Amino acid sequence: MIASLIWPLVGGLLIGLAAILLLLGNGRIAGISGIFSQALFENKGAKGLSWPMVFVIGLLLGGGGYRLFSDQVFTVQVGIVPLIIAGLLVGVGSSLGSGCTSGHGICGIGRLSKRSIIATCVFIASGMLTATIVH
Amino acid sequence: MNKGVALISGLLFGLGLMVSGMADPDKVIGFLDVSRMADGSWDPALMMVMSGALGVYLPLYFLVVKPRIFNGDKPLFADKYHLPTVKTVDGKLILGAILFGVGWGVAGMCPGPAIVNLSSFDPLFILFVIAMVVGQFLTKVWRTRQQQTAASG
Repeated sequence: MIASLIWPLVGGLLIGLAAILLLLGNGRIAGISGIFSQALFENKGAKGLSWPMVFVIGLLLGGGGYRLFSDQVFTVQVGIVPLIIAGLLVGVGSSLGSGCTSGHGICGIGRLSKRSIIATCVFIASGMLTATIVH
Repeated sequence: MNKGVALISGLLFGLGLMVSGMADPDKVIGFLDVSRMADGSWDPALMMVMSGALGVYLPLYFLVVKPRIFNGDKPLFADKYHLPTVKTVDGKLILGAILFGVGWGVAGMCPGPAIVNLSSFDPLFILFVIAMVVGQFLTKVWRTRQQQTAASG
């Protein structure tokens, strides 16, 4: 029981450290949906790789690097059609709502932003309701 | 703007998502599906992820970053802080959060874990990210059109 809660806590500390490092060093919010969108759609005029692209490469290297030392395999839990619908909704929702779990849930709440506290409560509630009905 | 900082931050973030279990859709669903509380199989682990992340971010923001902003100091490697300026809670925020939550609850994945899971080369994770990008793109197009309509009307 303790071990099953220690790793999530350690992982959370790393995520918090990564996010505050980006703010303190580069003055940027570590909202993954926004950074990913910028990396894909807003690269005009940048010499070489833009910083959002570099961040996304870091994410992939972090994930891929961990895989080298772990035999954990994560699998998709739903069929193809619900998977595509869910992907669309996550994309539309994070774009329309200006943030996702990282931007609102960590960086926003971490600055005690009213918008982020409300958004996080709403998406956790709608996520719980949906997961409870679907799964 | 320091790209080395962006790389290290991305690396730590990706590692954190893997170590915490947040990148595992099964674990996320195990947290979001609260009906599992009834038989004791509910997994509270994701609360620890958020506690850990906020436990670092919140105090360091208020003790280190906010005083620096107040004093007019720049970020260590950039010209200025880019913080959200919108303060009002509007329909877009609420509707966006609702839709996001539905997608998250169905697949057990939000953008960070989805991108990190691309490193598995599993086509289903790639498909999810493509759908997510399409959703982001369509919303961006819609928002731009709406702004143009508002500007011309």
